[in-house]
Amino acid sequence: MTAAAGLATILVVPIAAAALLAALPNYRLSARINVIAAFVTLLAALSLLLWQPEPGRYFVVDDLNIVFIVLNTFVGFTTSVFSASYIGHELENGRLKPVHMRFYHATYQVLMFAMNLALATNNIGVMWVAIEMATLTTVLMVGMYRTHEAIEAAWKYFILGSVGIALALFGTILVYLTAQPVVGEGTEAMVWTVLMAHAGTFDPALLNVAFVFLMLGYGTKVGLAPLHAWLPDAHAEGPTPISAVLSGLLLNVALYAVLRFKLLLSATPGAIAPGPLMVTMGLSSLIFAGFMLYRRRDIKRMFAYSSIEHMGIIAFAFGIGGPLANFAGLLHMTMHSLTKSAIFFTVGHIAQAKRTQKIAEIRGLTTSHPVLGWGLVLGVVAIAGLPPLGIFMSEFLVVSSTFAREPLLALPLVFGLLIAFGALMLRVHSLAFGEPTGPSQPVHASHWPMVAHLALVLTAGLYLPPPLVAWFQTVARLLG
Amino acid sequence: MNALEFDLAHLLAGGMVLVSFMLLYQNRLYALLNVFALQAVVLGLAVAWQAWVQGAPHLFVTAAIAIVFKAVVIPVALHRIVARLGIHREVETVVSVGPTMLAGMALVGLSIVVMLRVTAGADLLAREDLAFALSVILLGLLMMVTRRNAVSQVIGFMSIENGLILAAAGAKGMPLVVEISVAFSVLVALIVIGVFLFRIRERFDTVDVQALDRFRGERQ
Repeated sequence: MTAAAGLATILVVPIAAAALLAALPNYRLSARINVIAAFVTLLAALSLLLWQPEPGRYFVVDDLNIVFIVLNTFVGFTTSVFSASYIGHELENGRLKPVHMRFYHATYQVLMFAMNLALATNNIGVMWVAIEMATLTTVLMVGMYRTHEAIEAAWKYFILGSVGIALALFGTILVYLTAQPVVGEGTEAMVWTVLMAHAGTFDPALLNVAFVFLMLGYGTKVGLAPLHAWLPDAHAEGPTPISAVLSGLLLNVALYAVLRFKLLLSATPGAIAPGPLMVTMGLSSLIFAGFMLYRRRDIKRMFAYSSIEHMGIIAFAFGIGGPLANFAGLLHMTMHSLTKSAIFFTVGHIAQAKRTQKIAEIRGLTTSHPVLGWGLVLGVVAIAGLPPLGIFMSEFLVVSSTFAREPLLALPLVFGLLIAFGALMLRVHSLAFGEPTGPSQPVHASHWPMVAHLALVLTAGLYLPPPLVAWFQTVARLLG
Repeated sequence: MNALEFDLAHLLAGGMVLVSFMLLYQNRLYALLNVFALQAVVLGLAVAWQAWVQGAPHLFVTAAIAIVFKAVVIPVALHRIVARLGIHREVETVVSVGPTMLAGMALVGLSIVVMLRVTAGADLLAREDLAFALSVILLGLLMMVTRRNAVSQVIGFMSIENGLILAAAGAKGMPLVVEISVAFSVLVALIVIGVFLFRIRERFDTVDVQALDRFRGERQ
């Protein structure tokens, strides 16, 4: 009973809040309601840890997706806190009008709903619909500032995202066709748990083709090279809370879809190993994004490329497979979500304080804005993979498990990591230190979302609680 | 399944591919819209025939959506947008028609080879339907790649959706959830597109995607 209530809450609260927020004209009140709704959703998601519902026909909560759900609702909550202070500042600046606020807050909650639905549903068709819905809401939010750049970014995102999602639908139809002769016609042939139970008897050839479409389709949404073209623009031109949610959450949701289908494939004897495809796309994303980091002039765009790099590492880790690499991939995904959204929280406020996103025009942040400056330094140190923070540990695990299984692949991996590391260090040095230049406004920011994220990342780097490790290990074994 | 049922299904699905080719060589925007409407009508007929053959009445809804919404409402709306915004009436292509048609033929060959090979176990109609559907999808993609202005890219995208619906209808017993959602997503997509076109019109004098590219990415 409690379990079902928890599951219902993570879906009903966001959608109800969206309806309410669409009707409320007062933006201060709606920012608060947004935070409260996100907090209630987080509590409900945490309750799922204690009381896990039985997998039903429509929804499933198992060891794999609960990690994603809790992470999703947590970052959703902290981002809503950040968004409240960010949006207030944008109104003062006059970049947004109060009328945009109703739209913004409502779509924020619709996005949370769509992502939770995509994670919790037991039906591959519904999952597709939910991811499509999440894409469309983010397209609208990216275009919100209505500048030339924002419209171009949103249009590009919309077209590439739609093509990706169309390919994913074709893959979904093929999976249904694979299952139909075995399971029978109707809804049953689209239910995860049923598919997994019958995976051994599926026709491997058709499933292979299906996976290629799914990998390309959902891979576009993960932002893997060479399908990443929408990602930097969408991150740079939309409101910063959306960049944080895109990087920290939506990429994970798409990755979750890929992982689910990978599970299905590895349970079917005779199907191609999905590993090499993921390894190739992961490595190419890592190295490509590593080099592209050097040429960035826009601070949000730079961190968007860093997201491509990290999604590459994660896809690589899951592609290598085996308990250790899967463990590393899961840990890296969690750490990346927390760190990257923390970075976007600071970058959002920095861009507001300096009134620019250009890297060349931002200097000496640690002098002019100590909390933001040092927050950024710590965030970049974390994302670049320096000890003792969490990403160091997960990257170390990825590298060492690669050495154990495929020593030759470890070379390009380490090369990519070093390239990206160099670029980030170079940029953060000019951003954070030296004489402050340019205009500088005081920021009334709430710093605790950033502090909370970085504290978690630091703690994870120093000490992972044994129950959490045991949990991740179970999931890693599940992923095969 | 008797011979007539098979032949008609075959004819209609093959017709979709043929109309996809027609989309590729149109050089006037209005003509492009009309051909797209024709494709939607053929899709509607193909889906309705599948509904009849499979005894699946819910597919008639999908067929009706295709004919009413895609063959009438959307082309009319786009006609009006083109007229009102004073968009350039010619389709600007990146690659000229000849090479595009050749590439299209190669794509159709590819999809038939791939699909017929991997679906050896399924029944013949489903196999061919799937091969045709994949051809329509790939031709739609090709169109999106080789066209410059926003309206013809949108039409390319919608012809991809047509191919998806053909595939979904051919998959026997596929739950209604998916079909409705596809139709719904098209609707939502159109709203989004409408918003976009409106906003683009607000800022630019053209709905040529190259005009957007001028504002691309990072400027010094």
